[in-house]
Amino acid sequence: MIRFVDVHKSYRVDGQDIPALQPFNLDIADGEVFGIIGLSGAGKSTLIRLINLLERPSGGSIFINDIEMTALAEPALRAQRRKIGMIFQHFNLLASQTVADNVAFPLRLAGERDADALRQRVDELLARVGLTAHADKYPSQLSGGQKQRVGIARALANRPSILLCDEATSALDPQTTASVLELLAEINRELKLTIVLITHEMDVVRRVCDRVAVLDAGVIVERGAVADVFLHPKHATTRRFVNEALPEEAASELAPFTQVPGRILRLSFRGDTTLTPALGRVARETGIDFNILAGRIDRIKDLPYGQLTLAMQGEHVDAALTALREAGIEIEELHR
Amino acid sequence: MNLLQTLFPNIDDWGELGRACIDTLLMLGGSLLLTVLIGLPLGVLLYLTGNGQLRPMPKLYAITSLLVNILRSVPFIILMIVLMPVTYFLVGTKLGIRGAIPPLVIGAAPFFARLVETALREVQQGVIEASQAMGASLWQIVRHVLLPEARGGIFAGITVTAIALVGYTAMGGAIGSGGLGDLAYRYGYLSYKSDYMLVTVALLIVLVQLLQMIGDRIVTRYKQR
Repeated sequence: MIRFVDVHKSYRVDGQDIPALQPFNLDIADGEVFGIIGLSGAGKSTLIRLINLLERPSGGSIFINDIEMTALAEPALRAQRRKIGMIFQHFNLLASQTVADNVAFPLRLAGERDADALRQRVDELLARVGLTAHADKYPSQLSGGQKQRVGIARALANRPSILLCDEATSALDPQTTASVLELLAEINRELKLTIVLITHEMDVVRRVCDRVAVLDAGVIVERGAVADVFLHPKHATTRRFVNEALPEEAASELAPFTQVPGRILRLSFRGDTTLTPALGRVARETGIDFNILAGRIDRIKDLPYGQLTLAMQGEHVDAALTALREAGIEIEELHR
Repeated sequence: MNLLQTLFPNIDDWGELGRACIDTLLMLGGSLLLTVLIGLPLGVLLYLTGNGQLRPMPKLYAITSLLVNILRSVPFIILMIVLMPVTYFLVGTKLGIRGAIPPLVIGAAPFFARLVETALREVQQGVIEASQAMGASLWQIVRHVLLPEARGGIFAGITVTAIALVGYTAMGGAIGSGGLGDLAYRYGYLSYKSDYMLVTVALLIVLVQLLQMIGDRIVTRYKQR
């Protein structure tokens, strides 16, 4: 468990304190994938660095598994940091070392000297990230995705309980991003590792995160389960991120709904309701008519979801809405 | 041998020239080794204590930096003369190879230290941050991250310093430190035997070329990675 208690952070620039993070509290549970999304300058990079104290908070306390990180002296802090893996946007590998030596680096830092033990652990890690064949190459000989895999192998070397991902896919193309995210999800599942990731892409959050916090100008403006935040964004910043992830939806919001007859509704389906023919059944039973204006069916992590924007007409629209709600469908009325 | 005599009529003792070559190489080797041994830690100190670096210590940095700048701003020939008492105290003589090495090292180490500082600053901040995140201590970062990552730049600095030292050793000839510069000065300049001048200059050019070639090779080897 990672716990922030009344943490805030400001930077001193030219004798003035510039706030980077307003006071906040936040708990991140063991084994979850927690996303922090925000625009550049929102403070997300500072927030993730508070966890392993690469940045010291200006006030408040940070606990990891009930150890108060902010109270630790340097040697104890170094020992704790070894249990927290971290990967970076620009990978930050040692250019002068081979892939195998890069992965062995944290083990050596931790005092492992036995060559056989090192080799065995490195082989294991490289196998996990699918780079066994590249052990003797140098980072400059690898593609971006391969470099990030080396970064992941390195971060896992000391069997950490937490993995911090600092914009880990922002420098990668969409396909490579997908494969790196898949690897992260797999690690989370198999090693029961807590993952904290920061990103400016809602799509990254949608694909791997369980919960998300939205950061805007140093303030956590919204937080919750990804499906809740994603399907019912409340804050303007969140809505902007969600709309980026759903371009067609964004377009439909601008559509002149006022010209469409009927009540404009947005239906959200989650999990099993996505797969049942509830809408057709209710329409038959209540005799309403509907016209689909926009829609999408996808997954949030492993949860299938659908969202439809409809124009609904007929005498028994209210009865239909009740029936739909009973079937587990969430409804928002956009226009009446 | 006949051809040499026709070309360089004033050079009657080629053996002396050979010994002068060896003296120059000894002075160069000895002073380069000590320069690196002193300049490398000094460069690391400058880097670490600099503003915004791993162990910012403004006062220590200012003092070290001032000392380095003072030593670098004194022309070598004057530095040598000024340092004579120090030289005598350190090695018991002001003359010969032994007498030449202290001023050479004191003149070159600050220069090399600056080159090391610059090379270390080239190391990506992210790599240092990554090793901090992995729980590396300051010493581990210096030993396993900074120095290996900067070694291309450091070897380039050693090359530049070695070449500067060749120039310094030749200057040492003016105050009796021996070597090729001594020959060029005594025979070539004071005795008007310009063929001595020609040969020593040619030998110095060859030496500098060789140093640059070796240096470049080492640097490219590391830069490729």
